[in-house]
Amino acid sequence: MNDALKNKILLAHGGGGRLTNNLITSRILPKFGNEILAELQDSASIELDSASVCFTTDSYTVKPLFFNGGDIGKLAVCGTINDLAVAGAKPVALSLSLIIEEGFGLDVLDKILASAAKAASEAGVCIVTGDTKVVETGAADGIFINTSGLGTKLPGTNLSFAQIEPGDKIIINGTIGDHGMTIMSQREGIKFESLLKSDCASVAPLTCKILENPDGFKFMRDPTRGGLSATLNEITAATGHSMKLIENNIPVNPSVQAAADMLGFDLLNIANEGKVVIVTAPDTADKVLDLCKTHPLGTDAAIIGQIVASEDMPIVEVITKVGGSRIVQMPYGREFPRIC
Amino acid sequence: MLNRIYKAHKQMDAACEKLGRQINIMEVCGTHTVAIFRNGLRPTLPAGLKMLSGPGCPVCVTDQGFIDITLELAQRKDCIVATYGDMVRVPGKTGSLETMHAPNVKIVLSSSDALALARDNPEKTVVFIAVGFETTAPATAVAVREADIEGIENFCILGGHKLVVPAMEALVGAKNHKIDAFLCPGHVSVIIGSNAFAPIVEHFSRPCVVAGFEPMQVIEGIAGICRQLADGAARIESIYQAVVTPGGNKTAQKIIEEYFEPADGLWRGLGSIGKSTLQLKAEYSRFDALKRFEIEEVPGEELSGCRCGEVLCGLIDTPECALFEKECTPDNPVGPCMVSSEGACAAWYKYGRKRKRNL
Repeated sequence: MNDALKNKILLAHGGGGRLTNNLITSRILPKFGNEILAELQDSASIELDSASVCFTTDSYTVKPLFFNGGDIGKLAVCGTINDLAVAGAKPVALSLSLIIEEGFGLDVLDKILASAAKAASEAGVCIVTGDTKVVETGAADGIFINTSGLGTKLPGTNLSFAQIEPGDKIIINGTIGDHGMTIMSQREGIKFESLLKSDCASVAPLTCKILENPDGFKFMRDPTRGGLSATLNEITAATGHSMKLIENNIPVNPSVQAAADMLGFDLLNIANEGKVVIVTAPDTADKVLDLCKTHPLGTDAAIIGQIVASEDMPIVEVITKVGGSRIVQMPYGREFPRIC
Repeated sequence: MLNRIYKAHKQMDAACEKLGRQINIMEVCGTHTVAIFRNGLRPTLPAGLKMLSGPGCPVCVTDQGFIDITLELAQRKDCIVATYGDMVRVPGKTGSLETMHAPNVKIVLSSSDALALARDNPEKTVVFIAVGFETTAPATAVAVREADIEGIENFCILGGHKLVVPAMEALVGAKNHKIDAFLCPGHVSVIIGSNAFAPIVEHFSRPCVVAGFEPMQVIEGIAGICRQLADGAARIESIYQAVVTPGGNKTAQKIIEEYFEPADGLWRGLGSIGKSTLQLKAEYSRFDALKRFEIEEVPGEELSGCRCGEVLCGLIDTPECALFEKECTPDNPVGPCMVSSEGACAAWYKYGRKRKRNL
């Protein structure tokens, strides 16, 4: 084989033959080693300890592939675990599917897989099945990853929009916008990137801890794309209730705020990857907040507002730091830096 | 902070009471417009004090004809159109740069990114859509200088840079204006210096206060204007002294002067204003996309029913436009003020309105 190609992904790595087999047995299995995956069956067989399961899927196409605080491998594992966690489930097993562009460096792939394996192992979740496809140069941007996840519902949890009512408190487990601003500044080559670090993390340890006693606990969601604005607007749209937030209470990292101000972004619209929005009954809010604050994933947690009855249409309103008020909209979906 | 807010509000109240009529203050800059809305300041101001959004959003003041030229260039197979992101959604005659899905439209953060595209794509001509006020003009000049020195001949600019003060003069020189004073833009003032607003106070007796974009700066800037109005004064004041000097940034001014000269130019809503835009000097005209592609810039036709022009002149508030929230929304913008993140209509939509069931 040509030396230049020796350390690259070739189309044959996805062809189902010897190269595919080599890739799986020499690079993938050793990293995710567990009995179920090692059987290399067409489907993984898993024993679950509950009849009530949660199932989710997500695809990851982040650019750059490596960023301060994480990479696409860690993100693909944590993101799907978080979707299970906020549904009130204990994550059990994941699938991991790779779509790799021809010519992708095997050393880079190794780093991504090692990072995914570490994130899964830290969260106590097994990667039990997977797939690898290789597409021609230009048909993908380096690597895309899809993960699906299976979790068992924690006993006594009943999280749903229907439970939310006026008076309920809204909690977030830490600072907002860290992931999105890190990605954007790294992508645009803006020099304050070293100060910014993605919050990419699995929130399952925190949510499972809180749900040991689910009384008064009503709803959770991870404010990823579209940020806090999107998540809060989804809640108001689904419940018909409104929301009042206190801007002063929303935790923000000053460097992240500075980056957002420079580019003209509203941090409420910026993505998070290790955050969870919790809606809880007023009398259990302080208890949940304390639980968060004593957990490493929630040291900066805060009660940021509450559910209120709608006057007309459901809205999310913020009382600003200087005592003004404004509404928070569902973001358009694509933020552009301002010009001057 | 509460004490400062309280004090500022007392000064605003005092001015309103003393003048006994509505006070209209124009915030010139789009970043101020967004800061005012995002911090929810409008509802906290005295009933007799009104903020008017001005022509300081670069995308919004760009004439329709210029937008149509960008679309024309994007259709050329021999070009790469390098543009600030805010421009891609502005509708022209045949859609927008975004809806065209043209693979040769590239979003850049700066003129140097556009120049890098030219270096990387020698077989194409990269046209940088050079919009913005005195803030972005120096960077465009630097890119032209680099292209000139390095001999990067496949780079040119579609020049849309505008000057703030001539537009302010045009506004207060018009018969039907209702502007009592200006909250002057912090960023632009860093470059041009606070003294640049002298014509406004000297010829038109309108107070000019330069402020930054933190909510306290905006509040105290408005209070400073109110103090002047109550005293019947019209001075230049800067409460953004940490970064704005009276003379501005001489290096930036020098490079603008080296590569550009003031020329008459078209503004949306304001029409043609004398010596209000920046045009490449004759010796650099080979970097001028209009000359290179032999395109003539003609005033574009205003979009039907769109009142962005009146919004930019402070003549109406966005909700007075019949298209607002109906035909014109951020998802389906009709006019540029709904497109730009700094546009007044986008700010009204995003932060200002209370949704009603009947909409």
